[in-house]
Amino acid sequence: MHDSRNTLTSDSAIAPLPPAPSQAQAARARWRKRARKLAPYAFISPFFILFAVFGLFPLLFSIWLSLHQWDAPAGLAAMHWVGLENYWYALTDPWFSKSLLTTLWFAVASGVPQHLVALPLAFLIHTTLKRSRNFVVGAYFVPYITSSVAVALIFTTLFSKDFGVINAILPGPPIDWLGDAFWARITVAIVVFWRYLGWNVVLYLSALQVIPGDLYEAATLDGASRWQQFRHVALPLLRPMMFFAITLTLIGNLQLFEEPFILIPPDSGLAIDVMTTAMFMYRMAFSDGDFGTASAVSWLLFFLIAALTYGNARLFGKEGTGDVAR
Amino acid sequence: MPEGAVSRMVALAAAALAATAASAATTITVATFPDLDRAAKAALPRWHAAHPDIDVKIVSLQYLDHHTAMTTALATGSGLPDVMAIDFRYIGKFAGSGGFDDLNQPPYNAGALRSQFVPYTFVQATNAAGQLAALPADIGPGTLLYRTDLIAKAGLTEADLTRSWDSFIAAGVKLKAATGACLVAESTEILDILLRSDLKDGQGLYFDRSGKVLVDSPRFVHAFEVGRAAQKAGISADATLWTNEWVADLRSNKIAGQMMGAWLAGHLKNWLAPDTAGKWRSAPLPAGAYASYGGSFYAIPRRAAHKVEGFEFARFMTADVQSQVNSLRTLDTFPALLAAQQDPIIDEPMPFLGGQKARELWRELASKVPLIPVDKYDAMATDVIRAEFQNVVKRGKDIHLALADAKDLIEHRARR
Repeated sequence: MHDSRNTLTSDSAIAPLPPAPSQAQAARARWRKRARKLAPYAFISPFFILFAVFGLFPLLFSIWLSLHQWDAPAGLAAMHWVGLENYWYALTDPWFSKSLLTTLWFAVASGVPQHLVALPLAFLIHTTLKRSRNFVVGAYFVPYITSSVAVALIFTTLFSKDFGVINAILPGPPIDWLGDAFWARITVAIVVFWRYLGWNVVLYLSALQVIPGDLYEAATLDGASRWQQFRHVALPLLRPMMFFAITLTLIGNLQLFEEPFILIPPDSGLAIDVMTTAMFMYRMAFSDGDFGTASAVSWLLFFLIAALTYGNARLFGKEGTGDVAR
Repeated sequence: MPEGAVSRMVALAAAALAATAASAATTITVATFPDLDRAAKAALPRWHAAHPDIDVKIVSLQYLDHHTAMTTALATGSGLPDVMAIDFRYIGKFAGSGGFDDLNQPPYNAGALRSQFVPYTFVQATNAAGQLAALPADIGPGTLLYRTDLIAKAGLTEADLTRSWDSFIAAGVKLKAATGACLVAESTEILDILLRSDLKDGQGLYFDRSGKVLVDSPRFVHAFEVGRAAQKAGISADATLWTNEWVADLRSNKIAGQMMGAWLAGHLKNWLAPDTAGKWRSAPLPAGAYASYGGSFYAIPRRAAHKVEGFEFARFMTADVQSQVNSLRTLDTFPALLAAQQDPIIDEPMPFLGGQKARELWRELASKVPLIPVDKYDAMATDVIRAEFQNVVKRGKDIHLALADAKDLIEHRARR
């Protein structure tokens, strides 16, 4: 406290301290000094408070919960410790392994086409469209921000077996898009692809925009075709963004929940065929009332995502990840 | 205005304010869901006349949201209503949780009301520990609703549909050939009914009293066999209930039969297929099966704030003849209260069912439904059985193998 006055003097250059400050003044000065020190923390605290309540606490509680057996409607007092049993229980549940395979199937079936289409599409938009570009990009982006309820309504109508537009256009016998296990998966993959294509286009487009035009000019002078420019100029330089976009797709697809949940009624026997791990977790919690196992499943899913993301990072090598970090 | 008058008026106003304050001394919260909320809202004027001192706040969420919100409220003990409406699908899970007051105990002593209600409802609302968790508001006696015009066109009669399952399937084939319509929306319906057939009072659907899993019993084998036969015969529209597909099929004469709780007639009339009015009839389920489909209950959470008042409201909605009859009028639900089943409205012809006095039939059906106790794992077991049934009908899995797998999984899930 002794040197606080000295600091204060040096700080407050505007009003030099009177020769003999009264005790009250000194106290006020000390308080102001402390307030000034605390102010930044106060200003930044809303985020931390909200994060603690809605982010950190649920996270820690779910770890705690995953080690307990808990019949939720009986109240918090009904929790009792079972250790790692929930993890073992989830791992030995045949529906869990089935849901993992389904999740991986969706990740590949909807994720791979997303990038295979988004990359050339972004390049095409970047190189050919001038004035209409924003409109086109906006159109591709709309599905990403459309409410999932609207998506469900539109797609169940489009894909309806007897009354849908899709079957009306397609020749041959009507396909039971939402009622047959195989086609239901295809339908879900199509909807996921449709929803996130625009997002990836925007990501790749933003990366394309920072590639200097001289590179293309140089390539043109060397006689490179449009395809060669894409293949040998744009693609290598997009590598960091590809790593980023694929990581996001990987995480998003492994947590896939909304699309299958809204397209296939949870009561139909088919629900098991499109059940992703996130849906299995939801079912465990809200249908079977087993919140402990549901938490364990969510952590198992987290470990899987972490492992695959790490694998992805290794695949792209230091170059890809390093560039993103920069 | 003379000064005296002013002061008198002020005094009067103060007295009036005090009176309102006193009358609103208690506000109970009732958490419910559509359409059941309409019954509660319709009952409010009479409730206020009888209980001017108790205000009722009705909080209504969508069906699934309501039950999820209630699970969360019970888990954390915050945001609990004084009265909680519970659908039949959740009654086993909720009643088994111990999150509610036992209504058999004082101050409720609802056990005395038992004889006034359809017997199976109290069995459904009672958990394994013998605690009565809720009072029944309405019931869904299982019935076969069929399109009499399409059946007649195929040269069939009601007896062809109800005599036996063989005759039901044969009729379905004939109907399909003559009209292109299907006799069931999905073959799971047949499975659901057969699982409930031939049950004795007190016998559980999936579990016996000691918690033993029953799904490899002959009852399940038979149900799977008949369901598969129906699927093979092509009499199913393969439309999942409550989807757009199903609704469209009902409207466009592609589904000529629907086995469901009697309340479906109200849904058909109000929104599912209003244009088909007069063409439907109600019959007993095939082969002398009796089953209950759905129903609603009111329960008092253990940590509710106004339990006595809440129970009074629950009793008003369930055990009061006038409220029950009003609910019938508002929602077309069928009363759980026996006295309400004696009301003249039961004998009224129903225009939507071509003037049939169907409620008389429903009353009779309801009296024959066996007393099947519910288990907190029933919903989970239903999921597992349905998934295995899909494996049998869609992928040709062997029935015994499917049931053995189902048994393993149900035992695994119900480990506790």
